[in-house]
Amino acid sequence: MKTYEQINDRIASGKAVVLTADEIMDYVDKKGLEAAAKEVDVVTTATFGPMCSSGCFINFGHSKPKIRMSEAWIEDVLVYTGIAAVDVYLGATQLRHGDPANMYYPGEFRYGGGHVIEDLVAGKSLQLFALSYGTDEYPRREIRTWFTINDVNQATMVNPRNCYQNYNVAINDGDRTICTYLGVLEPRRGNATYCSAGQLSPLLNDPYYDIIGVGTRVWLAGAQGHVYAEGTQHAGACERTPNGVPMEGAGTLALTADMKHMKPEFVRGVSLRGYGVSLALGVGVPIPILNEQVLKRTCVRDRDIQAPVIDYSSDYPNKTGRTLCHVNYEQLRSGEIEIDGKKIAVASLSSYHKALEIANLLADEIRRGDFLLSGPIQPLPKNTAMKSLVIRKKPV
Amino acid sequence: MSQTSIKKLVLFFPRYDCEQPIIYHLVKDHNLIVNVYRAKVTPEEEGYLVLDVKGTEQDIDKAMEFLKTCNVVVNHSGKGVTWDEHRCTHCSQCITHCPTDALHIADPATRKIAFDEDACIECLACIRVCPFGACASAF
Ligand code: SF4
Ligand code: SF4
Repeated sequence: MKTYEQINDRIASGKAVVLTADEIMDYVDKKGLEAAAKEVDVVTTATFGPMCSSGCFINFGHSKPKIRMSEAWIEDVLVYTGIAAVDVYLGATQLRHGDPANMYYPGEFRYGGGHVIEDLVAGKSLQLFALSYGTDEYPRREIRTWFTINDVNQATMVNPRNCYQNYNVAINDGDRTICTYLGVLEPRRGNATYCSAGQLSPLLNDPYYDIIGVGTRVWLAGAQGHVYAEGTQHAGACERTPNGVPMEGAGTLALTADMKHMKPEFVRGVSLRGYGVSLALGVGVPIPILNEQVLKRTCVRDRDIQAPVIDYSSDYPNKTGRTLCHVNYEQLRSGEIEIDGKKIAVASLSSYHKALEIANLLADEIRRGDFLLSGPIQPLPKNTAMKSLVIRKKPV
Repeated sequence: MSQTSIKKLVLFFPRYDCEQPIIYHLVKDHNLIVNVYRAKVTPEEEGYLVLDVKGTEQDIDKAMEFLKTCNVVVNHSGKGVTWDEHRCTHCSQCITHCPTDALHIADPATRKIAFDEDACIECLACIRVCPFGACASAF
């Protein structure tokens, strides 16, 4: 048994033993669970992939004379101004003004909210255009200027839903190519795509949310941030394998961090043909090895994690709830799965390569004593279920 | 007799007047076997042609001389499609769409992606499906 304080003391003195979730299984196989639990202080987990429910608050400070922005665009991408005078919220999936979207199907979606966020973190100069109706104390009616992340007071990423615990494998049972948020899917099960770091993924290493909770310090694109709430659509009540790992989406995290400390290579705009724009983010979450049970859960392997295969031509859009079958991440990562006797080529949308890089970067930061752990101030709900939107008649 | 070799070329026509049947001359006068990957040649506009030429080195050299007389810029690096290693996130989204494995997983342990330029047939599938804009076309 160890406490957060003991682990943090070892981190601060540069003595912490840190392994990645990719390395820990072989280590435990070699040393045995009991000995390894005593030795290892932290296991780092990570993921990198599109996380649509991401965005940021920006405070610009005041111009002379002042403006109370009532409509605003950054690089022609609409931002939300229904908050205080010079605060805006920029969402990852917002399209650029005039983007034809899917008018000429499939749309290309070259630039949007996610790309603005990437450019902002990369330190590029961006155009702000804002309008106002003018008030007595905020008389300015229009402003056009250029700014970088260093010019603004705050640029705070606030992501309502990141780090889906597990995710669907998408295939196309129809007879035309379809364009989805999981990529382009060829007809008649021509290919399959998935989006998870599997055995490296944060919540797959803590399946019952025993460790990760509100207040947990996380590595968000290189900045130290934290979990500020359960993620939207967080639903721990789901089908699980005997080792407790969810067999569907299940848990999610709401994350925040200061964008001024982020690394641009982990904040990347995403263009999904025929679907839209998004933002891919790198997230690292350290798991303190408080006891053997915690360690055991981090030893989950790709072959022990099942993902549901869903038909995105019909079952997904029509919300039939049908799952064709389950496959494990070892099969997915091999590049080929077999369904009903047919071999299907598989590609990923999330990057295991980048996730591995993040797990190692975070492990190094902890070893150097630069990243201390913080325990949750409130646990994530374990047993909530996902609700549906019911279409009703107006109540009389 | 000089050796047979294959050369991948990107031809750029600053402003093409369509007067010269260039491919015909490459085949007929210079004994080359031509394999065109893709072309965008419109009268009165700039044009591009990506192709393999196969023949003796002597014949290829002579053909290059001929192309110069046609006001054609020859790019020997043969890069009609490029892959930017730094923009690539190694997600692997492109690999099931690439028909020749030009984009492939170089290291199964780290899932690192690599691009084999010579295997690329310029079908442009990767440009359509790459979510991160890592692949680009010269035209
Ligand atoms: S789809 Fe693009 S980012 Fe992903 S591996 Fe291929 S080239 Fe790289
Ligand atoms: S253009 Fe076609 S062949 Fe070349 S790398 Fe892209 S997908 Fe592969």
